[in-house]
Amino acid sequence: MSLARAIATGDVAQLPSRRDEAWRWSDLRGLIRVLPPASGASDAELPPGPFDGLADFEIAIVNGRGPPAVDLAEGETRRVALRFVAAPGAGAHSACFAVNLGDGARCLLLESYEGRGDGYVASADIDIRLGRGATLERIVMADDTGEGVSVSKTAVSLGAEAVFGQTVLTAGARRQRIETQLDHPGAGAVARLDGLYLLGDKRHADITTVVSHCGAGGATDQLTKGVVRDQARGVFQGRIVVAKGADQTDARMGHHALVLSDRAEVDAKPELEIYADDVLCAHGNTVGALDEEALFYARQRGIPEAQARAMLMQAFLAQVIDRIEDAGARGAAADWLMRQLEARDEF
Amino acid sequence: MTMKPMLSIQNLSVSVDGKSILEGLDLEIPAGEVHAVMGPNGAGKSTLSYALAGRPGYEVTAGTVTWDGEDLLALAPDLRAARGVFLSFQYPTEIPGVPALTFIRTALNAQHRTRGEAEVSAPDFLRLIRTKAAALKIDFEMLKRALNVGFSGGEKKRMEILQLAMLSPRLAILDETDSGLDIDALRIVAEGVNAMRSPDRAMLVITHYQRLLDHIRPDRVHVLAGGRIVASGGPELAHALEAEGYDKYARVPA
Repeated sequence: MSLARAIATGDVAQLPSRRDEAWRWSDLRGLIRVLPPASGASDAELPPGPFDGLADFEIAIVNGRGPPAVDLAEGETRRVALRFVAAPGAGAHSACFAVNLGDGARCLLLESYEGRGDGYVASADIDIRLGRGATLERIVMADDTGEGVSVSKTAVSLGAEAVFGQTVLTAGARRQRIETQLDHPGAGAVARLDGLYLLGDKRHADITTVVSHCGAGGATDQLTKGVVRDQARGVFQGRIVVAKGADQTDARMGHHALVLSDRAEVDAKPELEIYADDVLCAHGNTVGALDEEALFYARQRGIPEAQARAMLMQAFLAQVIDRIEDAGARGAAADWLMRQLEARDEF
Repeated sequence: MTMKPMLSIQNLSVSVDGKSILEGLDLEIPAGEVHAVMGPNGAGKSTLSYALAGRPGYEVTAGTVTWDGEDLLALAPDLRAARGVFLSFQYPTEIPGVPALTFIRTALNAQHRTRGEAEVSAPDFLRLIRTKAAALKIDFEMLKRALNVGFSGGEKKRMEILQLAMLSPRLAILDETDSGLDIDALRIVAEGVNAMRSPDRAMLVITHYQRLLDHIRPDRVHVLAGGRIVASGGPELAHALEAEGYDKYARVPA
């Protein structure tokens, strides 16, 4: 069952529902009674995307229509902007895309979800393969509307000694899931999977990751942080599986969220499944309010309350941004965070 | 003509979590003077400092506090700070993710904005803080770290006095500034405080022990016990307390 299949068949019974354990906090079946009509082709001119000027070239997939793949040859270096756009008037659509990096290739993948319509329902399935010693840094910026439904599911496979980094930035949607499944070969490969969510109103965002360490000598480092207010709901599901024989695995996962109103909610499920003996694995998960002592301390020094809150929030969240390797992408992510914080002074 | 006090506390009563801590406290500090408040643990010393700073949860149930002719209790904490009220915390709070430099500059400029003054330029700010930090033997590199995160007790206290020097308040409240300091750090901190003495500044030094007052000579000493000032005198009172203890001020249970 998946959103893509439901869109392909027009059968809402194919939608994942809360009876599926992996979807219990992001129910689609109960939300979507009738799918909107299939999205048509859009001839509207595309405004610049959020990573404008940072990429060598841009691939736009509008209402599910666009190129199927990008391939980097062995040793090639590219900065690619990949845009999934739901144009004004969009209904239901789905897309598949593949990113293939040959051995030793290096790629900065600047991926955006740009919802411009109202009641759209969009699905994206992405397949990412890194050859031996290849490096990919993927920044996902999800800019959906409060009425849109968006599901993005990515499968990543890594060659030996590959380096994969990912940072998901989202302000949520009516319902939104950004899922990453990563097959980790060990063998000196390194993965970083980070996330940042800032949700207000009735928005929802679900960041789900599953990392499967299948071979010895791999490292995974995950840090997700979020802030929810109003009646928003943030979901973090992080699972790390270390298979038998995947010794010397070093895996760390952290999720830390601030809940700023009584009616906002964060659901977190960090899971470690370890079948190997000689591993270093740790996870930490905290959900709480803004530190009132720090807030008073800042106010005692003369910083007005709203400014003090924004400063502490920014400091809390910026740690995720600081982990982005590429300076240009880091700057774009920092700008995004400032925009989100400024859009609502109460954040 | 008598000098009008800069800070005037009349009949102040404060409750925390519904429990009455201060019960009718009176205290006046004229401009240019340093007053010490001493007292046993649990007498309400920290409650007095928090009530003056406006900490949420410290409920004023009676009395008035007049600061420079204005009703201090009517102001939000950040407005009190902009009016020149500074509290050196007994336990300074960690501010993860905000470098000390950024925090202090943000605070200084926020106060300037509130008072309608021009902001301090980055070069002027850096020049000033380098000088002040050097005087307090604070390594400049430490100012690039998140404020108070991982700092030792002594480093935190020196960071409080650095903020005191940078923000240049007109009422400095020092809450147990000597706790956690070794003798060298105590001397450095005391020199920092003494450098701030000025005819247009009042200071309130809250302490359990007399040793800080060997370095910061107070004009007046007050004894706080059972939620009120029970004795006042000159600096010699601190020595008497050191010799005799607080027993004779302990409240006899009703």
